[in-house]
Amino acid sequence: MLTKRDPTARPGPVIETENLEVHFQLQGGALARVFGLKARRVKALDGVNIALQRGEVLGLVGESGSGKTTLGRALLGLVPSTDGRIVYHAPDGPRQVSEMRGRELRQLRTDLQMVFQDPSAALNPSMTIAEAVGHPLVIHKIAKGAELRRRVNESLERVGLAPVERFANKYPSDLSGGQKQRAVIARAIILDPEVLVADEPISMLDMSVRAKILQLMLDLKNDLGLSYLYITHDLASAKYFCDRIAIMYLGRIVEIGPTAEIFANPRHPYTKALLKAIPEPDPTRMVPRDLPRGEIPDAAEPPLGCSFHPRCSEAVAECGWESRDLRVVLEQHWTRRSADYDAERKLVGDLDKLDRPETTATLGAGDPERTLALLDKVRAENPDEPLWKGVRSLESDGRAVQISFEEGVDPALRRAGGVEVACVLYPDEGAGAGATGAAGGTTAGSDGSG
Amino acid sequence: MSFDLVEGGGPARTASGPVIEADDLRVWYAGPTGPVKAVDGVTFSLRPGEILGLVGESGCGKSTLGRGLLGLLPDGAARDGALRFRGDDMLTLRRKEQYQLRGSQLGMIFQEPLTRLNPLMRISDHFSETLKTHEKGLSKREIEERSLEALRVMGIPPTRFKAYPHEFSGGMRQRLMIALALVLRPAFVVADEPTTALDVLVEAQIIRILHDLRETYETSLLLITHNLGIVAEACDRVAVMYAGKIVEIGPAREVFANPQHSYTRELLRSTISLSTTGLNFIDGAPPDLSDPPSGCHFHPRCPDAMAVCATRDPVDRELPAGTRVACWASDLRHGTVTLSESERAPLQKEEIALADEA
Repeated sequence: MLTKRDPTARPGPVIETENLEVHFQLQGGALARVFGLKARRVKALDGVNIALQRGEVLGLVGESGSGKTTLGRALLGLVPSTDGRIVYHAPDGPRQVSEMRGRELRQLRTDLQMVFQDPSAALNPSMTIAEAVGHPLVIHKIAKGAELRRRVNESLERVGLAPVERFANKYPSDLSGGQKQRAVIARAIILDPEVLVADEPISMLDMSVRAKILQLMLDLKNDLGLSYLYITHDLASAKYFCDRIAIMYLGRIVEIGPTAEIFANPRHPYTKALLKAIPEPDPTRMVPRDLPRGEIPDAAEPPLGCSFHPRCSEAVAECGWESRDLRVVLEQHWTRRSADYDAERKLVGDLDKLDRPETTATLGAGDPERTLALLDKVRAENPDEPLWKGVRSLESDGRAVQISFEEGVDPALRRAGGVEVACVLYPDEGAGAGATGAAGGTTAGSDGSG
Repeated sequence: MSFDLVEGGGPARTASGPVIEADDLRVWYAGPTGPVKAVDGVTFSLRPGEILGLVGESGCGKSTLGRGLLGLLPDGAARDGALRFRGDDMLTLRRKEQYQLRGSQLGMIFQEPLTRLNPLMRISDHFSETLKTHEKGLSKREIEERSLEALRVMGIPPTRFKAYPHEFSGGMRQRLMIALALVLRPAFVVADEPTTALDVLVEAQIIRILHDLRETYETSLLLITHNLGIVAEACDRVAVMYAGKIVEIGPAREVFANPQHSYTRELLRSTISLSTTGLNFIDGAPPDLSDPPSGCHFHPRCPDAMAVCATRDPVDRELPAGTRVACWASDLRHGTVTLSESERAPLQKEEIALADEA
C-alpha cells in the first residue's frame, strides 16, 4: 500500500553524514607493487557533512568527477565508506549505514531507493515492466500472487503508466525513454520508501519530457511524503526542483544553502561560474567570456589548498598556488603567442618537473636571466593572472630560476550569510560557534526547511 | 588578431552567395513498412561565416539532415531535391567527387570525440594524416605550422602536440576534434550535438570557441542541438525541425522573442531554464516518420489545432521580421489566409494519454 507519510510529524534529518570519506585505491600494476611505488588513492568523497531533512528536496550539483554520484550511492550503502559515519534515522531509532551488513542492509533499501540516470540500463531487457516493477516485492518476500499484481498496478498507475494493461506486459525496448523512466520510478516507490536518491533522473531524456518527469517526481513527493536527494549537473532544473542545494567540487561540498539564497547571492567562485555557464534560451544574452579555464582536476592528486584555485578567477595569495599551476600559465602563454615557442620551450627546460604538488619550482636550463625575462613577459601579457599573487619569491640561483609560492590554506565549510561556503574570501563569521575545521558542515542540517 | 588561416584555403571563395543551399531536400530511408521520410522537403541556405542552429526533439530528422548535407548516409538511404554547394548540385556529383569535397570543403564534428580519435596515434599523427590525405604536397614544416595554429585557436598549448588521445580530458578531446575538422579550412561544417557529453563549464567553453570560429576561419556552421540555450547564445539563425520538416526558420533573436509556430512556442515553454517558474510540456511524442499524420504533422499535439490543420498541409510563408513559418494559426494571425468558419473550428482531438511521450 502506498501511503502518505507526514514529514512534519517527525521533523529533523532522515539521513545524515558526518565527515564521510570514500577513498578508492587505484591498483598499481604488478611492477609498481614490486618496486613499492606509492599506491594512489582517489578521494571521491573527502569529509562530507550533509543532512537530508524529512520532506525536503536536497540538490547535489557539480561537474562529472565531483563525487556527487558516489555520495548518493554511499547513502544507500552501495559504496563502502572508508571513514566517517552515515546515520539513518529509522522509525525505530537512528542506525549507522556504514555498519550494516547483509539482511540489515537489504532492510535499509526498502526505506531508501534509487532512481538511476539511464533508464535503459536500469531495466532488465528480458523482464516485462510488471515483472521489473514488482521485483522488489518478490526479493523482499513482501507480496505475491494477487497482492503482488495489485501493488504493481497501483504503482504503475501512480507514475502515469495507465491504462496499466497497455504497459504491464511490454518489455523495456517497447517503451520510450520517458516511459522507461516512469517504470524505474514505479519500481523505486513500490516498497513505500522514505527517501529517493535520484541520480540525474532527467538528463538522458528528451527536452520535451524532462518537465513531465520532474512534475511526476514533485507529485509523488507531495502524495507520498517522500524526501529526495536530487543529483544533477543541471542548475536550472535544480533551481526549480530543490529546497536546498549543495554544490560539490572534487569530493567536497563547497557551498550549501537554501536554493533561493544560492541563486540570488552565489558566494563561492565555482557556484558563480556554474551559474554563468548555463546556456539560457534568451537571445539577448551573449556567449559568456570569463569562464574558468581547464577542467575538473585529477582526484588522485588534487591541487594544494583549495581544489578550485587553478580555475578560479578570484583566487588570492593563500589559495594554494603550486608548481603545477606554473606549467598551466606557461602553456597558456604559448597558446596565446606561439611565435617564440621553440626558443622559449628550450629556455624553460623540463616541464614535467613542474608536475608535482609542491610550493617550490625550479625553472630554466642554464640561462636564468633570460628565463626571468620570459617570466616577466608572461606576467606582463596577463597581469591579472591570479597565480602571480601567490608568488612569494622569484629569483635566480645562478643556474636556474627558483620560485616559491605562498603556503596554501584549505578552506573549511563555514557560515556566510544564509549559506555555508568553503572559500578563503568568506572568513568564518561565527568563530567559536562550535564549527571548527573540516567539521564546519555539521551545522548543515540546522537550516533545513523542515 | 592576426591569424592568416583565412587566405588561400581551397578555391576562391564567392563572398556573397550562399555556401550551401538546400531546396526541397528529401532524405528517405528504406523501412519495413515503406519509406521513412526522415527529411521531407527542407529548404534553407547558409551564408559564409553564418551559424545556423537546428533544434527539435529526438527523432525529428535533425541528425539525418546534417549527415544528408554531407552525403554521409548509410546504404539504403536516398536523397532527392536539390542541394547546392557554392552553386554546384551535390546530388548529381559522382561518389568520388563527393568524397573529395568531404574533409577539404565539408567538415563534421561528432558528439563523442574519443570514438573518433585513434588511441594508438599521437595528436601530431592525426593532423599529418588528415593534411596529407586532403592536401597533397605540403612539407613537414607546413604541416606542423598548420596543425599548431589550429590547436592554438582551440586553446590547446603546443606542448601537447605529441600526446596521445587518452592523455586529454573530455573537453580537450572535443577541441581536438574541432581542430582536426578545421585544419583543412572547410567552408561548411556540421556539428552534431558537439557538447552533449560535456560538463556545463566545458560546454560553455566549446560554445564560445564555435561562436568565435567565423573570426578565424569564415566557416559556416550547422549546429545540431537539443539545447535551446546554446542556440540562443551562439547562433545567428535557428531552424526548428519537426517530423522531417523545417517548421520555422529565422533570426535567432526573432524566433526566440516571437515564436510563430506553435511547436516552436511549446518547445521554448517546455525548456527548463533559470527563469522557469512552472513546468510545461508538450503532450505526446513525435510521430512515426514512415506514417506521419496528415496535414500539419504537429496537429495531434498542437494546443492551437484547427480543423484545417488535420486536412491541408500548411504553406511556408515569409514574415516581415525575416522568419519563414509553416503554420495555419500563424497565417490566420497575420491575415495571410482566409479560412472558412468550419476550417477555423478547434480540432476535435483524440485524448493523448499522460505517458504517451518521447
